[in-house]
Amino acid sequence: MEFYDIVVSILGSTIRLSIPLLFTALAGLFTERAGVFDIGLEGKMLAAAFASACVAYVTGNAWLGLLGGIGVSILFSLIHGFASITNRGNQIVSGVALNFVAAGLTVVLGQAWFGQGGRTPQISGEARFSPITLPFVDAMRDVPFIGPLYVHVISGNNILTYLAFLAVPITWWVLFRTRFGLRLRAVGENPGAVDTAGISVTWLRYRAVIVAGFLCGFSGAYLSIAQSAAFIKDMSAGKGYIALAALIFAKWKPVPVMFACLLFGFLDAFANFMQGKAVPGIGEVPVQIFQALPYILTCILLAGFIGVAHPPKAGGVPYTKER
Amino acid sequence: MSQHPAIELVGIDKSFGAVHANKNINLKVEKGTIHGIIGENGAGKSTLMSIIYGFYQADRGEIRIDGKPLDIRDSQTAIAAGIGMVHQHFMLVENFTVLENVMLGAEGGQLLAKGVSGARKELKRLETDYGLDVDPDALIEDLPVGKQQRVEILKALYRSADILILDEPTGVLTPAEADHLFKVLKVLRDQGKTVILITHKLREIMAITDEVSVMRRGEMVATRKTAETTVEELAELMVGRRVLLRVEKGAAKPGKVLLSVKNLTVKDARGVTMVDNVSFDVREGEIVGIAGVAGNGQSELLEAIAGIRKPASGEILLDGQPIANADPARLRALGLAHIPEDRHHMGLVLKFEEYENSVLGYHRDPRYGRGALLDLKAIQADAVEKIEKYDIRPPNPRLKTANFSGGNQQKIVVAREIERDPKALIIGQPTRGVDIGAIEFIHRRIVEMRDAGKALLLVSVELDEIRSLSDRILVMFAGKVVGEKTPDAGEQTLGLMMAGIAA
Ligand SMILES: Nc1ncnc2c1ncn2[C@@H]1O[C@H](COP(=O)(O)OP(=O)(O)OP(=O)(O)O)[C@@H](O)[C@H]1O
Ligand SMILES: [Mg+2]
Repeated sequence: MEFYDIVVSILGSTIRLSIPLLFTALAGLFTERAGVFDIGLEGKMLAAAFASACVAYVTGNAWLGLLGGIGVSILFSLIHGFASITNRGNQIVSGVALNFVAAGLTVVLGQAWFGQGGRTPQISGEARFSPITLPFVDAMRDVPFIGPLYVHVISGNNILTYLAFLAVPITWWVLFRTRFGLRLRAVGENPGAVDTAGISVTWLRYRAVIVAGFLCGFSGAYLSIAQSAAFIKDMSAGKGYIALAALIFAKWKPVPVMFACLLFGFLDAFANFMQGKAVPGIGEVPVQIFQALPYILTCILLAGFIGVAHPPKAGGVPYTKER
Repeated sequence: MSQHPAIELVGIDKSFGAVHANKNINLKVEKGTIHGIIGENGAGKSTLMSIIYGFYQADRGEIRIDGKPLDIRDSQTAIAAGIGMVHQHFMLVENFTVLENVMLGAEGGQLLAKGVSGARKELKRLETDYGLDVDPDALIEDLPVGKQQRVEILKALYRSADILILDEPTGVLTPAEADHLFKVLKVLRDQGKTVILITHKLREIMAITDEVSVMRRGEMVATRKTAETTVEELAELMVGRRVLLRVEKGAAKPGKVLLSVKNLTVKDARGVTMVDNVSFDVREGEIVGIAGVAGNGQSELLEAIAGIRKPASGEILLDGQPIANADPARLRALGLAHIPEDRHHMGLVLKFEEYENSVLGYHRDPRYGRGALLDLKAIQADAVEKIEKYDIRPPNPRLKTANFSGGNQQKIVVAREIERDPKALIIGQPTRGVDIGAIEFIHRRIVEMRDAGKALLLVSVELDEIRSLSDRILVMFAGKVVGEKTPDAGEQTLGLMMAGIAA
């Protein structure tokens, strides 16, 4: 039974590590499906994490913290939109610039406001999203197999976790069942078709980046006021890029995005578990291997070994009528 | 009758940077008529129509719809005013279904489910009313171009357009598809709708339009009642000089066999046999034309000879040397030049400046540089020479190639390949989307090449072109050469062979 406990514990941390990836990858799904590349996911997540922690600390209310994170993240999105949609700048350059701005600004402001070397003060209680215990936990505890799974993996997560999984079917529904979704997918493939159908390409793309900002707000808040209890310098730690890799790995489709994020979250959890442990016959495996796996898998995918990934056709190209 | 014209343009002016695409255009299009617009490549036809459709904004001028001035700032305004447009380059989302494309922008509510059943019904109705059948659930990328165009027309009709603009709709159609399109247009006219039709084919203008307007270099130079004009007059108005509508050439003096294809079989990427055991010879000093409905293996045959596609089996000989496995660079060195069918995919890099394209593929020639370095001065001087000789407009080697009109882009390719003075030249669709002035020019060059003793292989879906240029005609059907004819064989005979009915 000890082995099963390990499995359950790894699955539990898989969930926890997947959530920020999931929100962020869904955010990227909205922009990239609309034809705007979003390498700035990382920066948005970091800025939102910082803003959430600040607001939560000041107000003592986690929901207000989340709102602050969302606000700042949308602001970043709008800057990205202004550079790459309105002014038709290079989307990658704009995104990378925002990542640098976020990395720098959070530390500078954090130091100026709180004087703790870029950290925000610890928060607790109402200022955090704490784990929720689902009903019947006590009754389930003794049920073999599904019992531990229910208690440690399904129950005991914070509200944002459940929202993240809820966001998957909602994203799917928006994308494939609503007018907004139809137009969004169209503008990422052929903005000319959208334009000549009498729809504003600019406004549509702005709405897409705003939705992305909204979702990144959740992932940022998750990092600083749900998973941890403070903002720490560079706490996004490349998750924005891994989310992007998950998005590509899932070929820009919502449900596969969820599985890709769970897979990459699992690799992370497994790496943590393996740290310092020796594999019989091989010895200690460097954790870096697991950390690199998401990127390696994505490269293998892009090289065409796991089917072909077709990015949205108009992705990365500013829309102009002048040739 | 004091009926207002459906569309009236007053003093429309439009520039793209330095290019003055429309100059002070005035035009009246009467209700319930089919109005043709013709003009050379780059005359500004597409630009003018896109202004009416709100895709571009005019710098100056007024548009009146049904007598009332209307500020058409975007396509939404145009659609609301009952204008529909089928663009020269289709505006379709390729990985969407037909239904999704038709609904885009007219979904009928925030949720798709509500609109879908209505849209299906409406499509069904349009299908029965006009004979415009397409499977609503087919993906656009799986449809042939003719069907894709139907989707574009359906999009306009679905939005209940009263004024339908078609920008060069027949360039991509087979003759039968074009006939069907014209039937549809006549039905639309008889229902009181107004149709504006852009085309390079004067025969079509004569056959279907009520009035025709001619554009030249951004200006509207004339409007005529179709019944009161002739093809010759229109051609002259378009080009500004008399045009020879027939190719003048003497008898061929064929020499030795230069290009020889033996039992060639070519498969496409999916392994389907596209060229099936084809053999023929092309001699020095003759033009061999390959006729056939698009998609019967001509493209694959050309690509195999040009070294772009590996043949599955068979032999290709150039002047006795086997070349079936040579790459394009080697073929060029051996004296085989190629004017590809699709200038955008294969002939040009649209983002390059004109002079770069004018040596593309020949850039390793010592004339254009030494070692790893290019001699830009020499290349540009060379480009200027070609521009003058081939009357490429605007005459600016530093202009981005995308900014040239279709006909002028084609001239860039033709100039590049012919000026190398190859031994053999294979030519695909030399005049697709090209105006009559340029057609005359390109045809004359091709005949000159023949008279200079070159071997030419010509593939075209334009039967007229094949018949007027070729010395011998091979007809391809379903990957096989089904027969050989002389150019004086009747159109009907050839048509039947192309349809696989007679041999
Ligand atoms: N979007 C654009 N940006 C820059 N230049 C353009 C643009 N569209 C057209 N032009 C230029 O304006 C001129 C008119 O082009 P237009 O496409 O209207 O010609 P056209 O009469 O439709 O020619 P064709 O018969 O080849 O389609 C050309 O010189 C073209 O290069
Ligand atoms: Mg045009």
